[in-house]
Amino acid sequence: MLRQLRLAWRTGVVTEPPPGQTEALGAELRRLAHRRFGRSLHIRHVDAGSCNACELEIAGLAGPHYDLERYGLRLVASPRHADCLLVTGPVTLNMAEPLRRTYEATPDPKLVVVVGDCGRDGGIYRGSYAVLGGVGDVVPVDAVIPGCPPSPRALLAGLLALLGRLDR
Amino acid sequence: MESLLAGLLQAALAAAAAPLLTGVLRTLKARLVGRRGPSVLQPYADLRKLLGKEPVISPTTSWIFRVTPWLLASTSLVAALLVPLVFTRPTLVPAGNIILVMSLFMLATFFLALAGLDAGSAFGGLGASRSVALAALAEPTVILAVFALAIRAGTSDLGGIIERLAAEPAQAVAPGHLLALAAFFIVMLAETGRLPVDNPATHLELTMIHEAMVLEYSGHYLALVEWASAMKFLLFLALLANLFFPFGVPASLAPGPLILGVAALAAKLAGLVVALALIETAVAKLRLFRVPELLAGSFALGVVSVTSAFVLP
Amino acid sequence: MSAPGYLSAVLLGVLGTAGGLAGMLGWTWQLGLHEALPAGGLRLAMDPLSGLFVALVAATAVPTSLAGLEYARRDGRGWLVYLGFVGAMIAVPLAANALTFLLAWELMSLASYSLVLHRGRSDESVRAAWVYAVMTHAGLGFLLTGMLLLGAWTGSLAFADWRAAAPMLTPTARGVAFALLALGFAAKAGAIPLHVWLPLAHPAAPSHVSALMSGVMIKLGIYGLLRAGLDWLGGGPAWWGVAVMLAGAVSALVGVLYALVDHDLKRLLAFHSIENVGIILIGLGAGMTFRAAARPDLAVLGVAAALYHTVNHAAFKSLLFLAAGAVLHSTGTRNMEHLGGLISRMPWTAAAFLVGSVAIAGLPPLNGFVSEWLTFQALLHSLTVPRAGLNLAFAAAMAALALTAGLALACFVKAFGITFLALPRSPAAAQARESGRPVRGAMGLLVLACGALGLGPTLIVPALAQVAVPLVGAPAPPALGGGLTLRLSGDFASLSTPVVAVALALGVALPLAGLGLAGVGRRRRISETWGCGRLVQTARMEYTATAFANPFKRVFDFFYRPVRQLDIEVHPESRLFVRRIAYENPIRPLFEEWLYRPALGVLHRSARRLQAIQSGSANAYLLYILGALLALLVLR
Repeated sequence: MLRQLRLAWRTGVVTEPPPGQTEALGAELRRLAHRRFGRSLHIRHVDAGSCNACELEIAGLAGPHYDLERYGLRLVASPRHADCLLVTGPVTLNMAEPLRRTYEATPDPKLVVVVGDCGRDGGIYRGSYAVLGGVGDVVPVDAVIPGCPPSPRALLAGLLALLGRLDR
Repeated sequence: MESLLAGLLQAALAAAAAPLLTGVLRTLKARLVGRRGPSVLQPYADLRKLLGKEPVISPTTSWIFRVTPWLLASTSLVAALLVPLVFTRPTLVPAGNIILVMSLFMLATFFLALAGLDAGSAFGGLGASRSVALAALAEPTVILAVFALAIRAGTSDLGGIIERLAAEPAQAVAPGHLLALAAFFIVMLAETGRLPVDNPATHLELTMIHEAMVLEYSGHYLALVEWASAMKFLLFLALLANLFFPFGVPASLAPGPLILGVAALAAKLAGLVVALALIETAVAKLRLFRVPELLAGSFALGVVSVTSAFVLP
Repeated sequence: MSAPGYLSAVLLGVLGTAGGLAGMLGWTWQLGLHEALPAGGLRLAMDPLSGLFVALVAATAVPTSLAGLEYARRDGRGWLVYLGFVGAMIAVPLAANALTFLLAWELMSLASYSLVLHRGRSDESVRAAWVYAVMTHAGLGFLLTGMLLLGAWTGSLAFADWRAAAPMLTPTARGVAFALLALGFAAKAGAIPLHVWLPLAHPAAPSHVSALMSGVMIKLGIYGLLRAGLDWLGGGPAWWGVAVMLAGAVSALVGVLYALVDHDLKRLLAFHSIENVGIILIGLGAGMTFRAAARPDLAVLGVAAALYHTVNHAAFKSLLFLAAGAVLHSTGTRNMEHLGGLISRMPWTAAAFLVGSVAIAGLPPLNGFVSEWLTFQALLHSLTVPRAGLNLAFAAAMAALALTAGLALACFVKAFGITFLALPRSPAAAQARESGRPVRGAMGLLVLACGALGLGPTLIVPALAQVAVPLVGAPAPPALGGGLTLRLSGDFASLSTPVVAVALALGVALPLAGLGLAGVGRRRRISETWGCGRLVQTARMEYTATAFANPFKRVFDFFYRPVRQLDIEVHPESRLFVRRIAYENPIRPLFEEWLYRPALGVLHRSARRLQAIQSGSANAYLLYILGALLALLVLR
């Protein structure tokens, strides 16, 4: 227990200062989200058939280096608590209905953010007998963060950009 | 009349400060694991946003589900009128004592557990079952721990206990007192859903206790539930702080002692929050079926503290 | 024919309540029918304690008879026995000598026995009635022995003479008499370990009778204990009180623990009766102990707490039994695993059961909370009695009471949540219909009673203290505050349930109004329960009562000693294809296994041994008679 605390003391805060662009967006997010989401955006992650590469990157988002929470963004456990669905993967036939229901279960106003190339249009899985297509074929999409997989920094930048689009 | 004012004042203070306490704890914990963490005011932003959202309600639920958040808010407000926070005698009238305060929390637990069962989802039932199992062991321990103090103070009135114990500082290191403190502290972790009993930040349904019960809530209902649990957290910490370190709690409403009382409470709460953050960073969550052993241990501590309060001079 | 019967029971209830209340307020009288019978004849007397219990029985009989009116439409039998049952229960507290008392007592037992057998076509009710008959007569045996011994020692069977002669008896004699009487009364009250009949008999009876049995009949055991311990024998040494208190602590804990793992709605309530009798006994034992410690002022508090909980339990337990009866009549099952979703189909019954649950779980501001609070305060007052041994007993009782309150809450979350919330678990529950007007009216009366008893402690506690004062030999009742606030021993403790109730209501109303004005939550959307995207929600996804109680089974496994029975049936071709899995996790009843089975074993073995002398030959029997005569002659 003491060793753990000593480690924490010695390590200090390791959150990386965001790159110039994201810093700007971060400030922008604070301003815009202040209007729409009161500086608080809760995210529910939905895996609609992903290969789990995007999941690893999303997991990195919550860690000390990228620290999603400093912007008032948080991953939550239930779509009822969420303002934003973060959807990964091509939508497989079996996951289409659960995705639709998750969208239905999320209270308005809400955003849908697609993560990764697969979610955009099926990516390398497009045309597979088991895949229905992109996320946009099932639920209305507000933004796509491309990449295979997108890095946590790209994810952060994308989320912030989306909140900028909301303003227009 | 003065105590009515005092009561309303401190209830308003508690209602306003409760999310801040949770926010400070979250930020501290983030710093301890090397994150920059959210602003300490983040819980206020979360609450404001939730109030503006549309609640989604399951057709399976009944009026119990919709009434419960309001009842949670109400019990925590009434409890804030009863617990000595910045005055020793804040109540509207002498309306009750620790048994009443704990029973109010139990009333909240009762309805929240019913609300968990109401939607008919497996998670809600799981959370309800676990939370009442923990509460059934935790609530008696709180009552016993406070009784141990009451027996020494010769009154079961919370304000009276604080006044009399503050007059005899030597009591604070009496063995029975320390045992009661240990029992109360462990139970406080369980009742307010902190590590190592429950992880307030978990996303994994199967490890949840409190969170599993409120998975179905959204919009302003969720805001009320979250605010009520922040209130409960504040009230438990304040009870611990004022009962076991009964110094600097003024008995009157004059401006001087008032400022002193607020400052003293803030200092005590800050100390407790730092301690909690350190503990939550350093310990892992216990396996669910280890938790009752911990609570049974604290119940035993409570029994011993009452016994020693009776027997030792 | 049955409707006039139940209506006259209602009338009897109203009149009895009035008479009993008058008795509490000082309308004392005596009535003798000397010539009718030997041994002092029939004799009745009214004093405040009798008045309280007469009023309690009669007032509870009003709603239960109303409910009986509805059930009688389907099954008209049994009203005469029911009337006799109510009458006998009113007569028990009025009895002024042993003969009258025992006659009324036995009439009460026999009437309830035949009501338990009322629907006695199933093996279950026959067995329940059999166990009940055996246990109640075992209790009667203790009572009879105790009363006859007292009669022999004092030379009279009139209670007034016992009262006068008790101080002259030796401590041993008084102790023996108390032990015998207490065992007899505890068996009727359902205290551990004499409780085995209660969870069998109460559920087997028709629900309005269960309500009476649980609500008031077992309270007459408490009445007997009060009379025996404090009145007839004029109080005793501290061990009487400590024994009663510890028996109460054990009963409370064991009762609630068994209730937690029982999923038969009415049996669960029956186990809770054991728990509540335990709470009453804790208060009563505290009162007796304080009296022995020469603190009559505190003894009043303990006895008043016990009396208060007695009254409260009658209100909420008969309410719960009537509601459970409504569920049983509507769905045909008492098994919670087959219920669910009744809150939308039986809204009135659900609301009534909820009020009863909040009350019995000891939650503010209803009545169960007030009497538990008072019991806690009575226990806490032992800090002013500087006797370490006694204090330890009080600490144990405190711990047991606190734990009981927590567990009772958990149990009623289960009882209400599984029975009334979410989706129905069987077609019968899905087609449930609300009960008729008489039953709803009866439940409404009891809901009002729970509310009034919760909000009016400043009127009720002094009245009960007045009843307790002569019992504990206090000069005057202690100061108990007034107005809206109950105050004990100066600033030791205070409680004002009306203020709490108003504050709670304001606490709901103000935020509701505030957020409503701010326009919060004006829109809402209905959408299915979140289940991680699964396609249909069915009742099979709900938590069951068994699952709900499982944490408790694990935590208290040293007490339940559950057995895991796993039975897997596989396909004949391969073990890997499972056809059926049966899993059972029953508990092992402690007292049946460790107390009753060995005792019955001894009984059976000795009976078998005695069989040897039962040869069936007339010559042998003549020889026995000769031997007996000779023995008598020699012993003279």
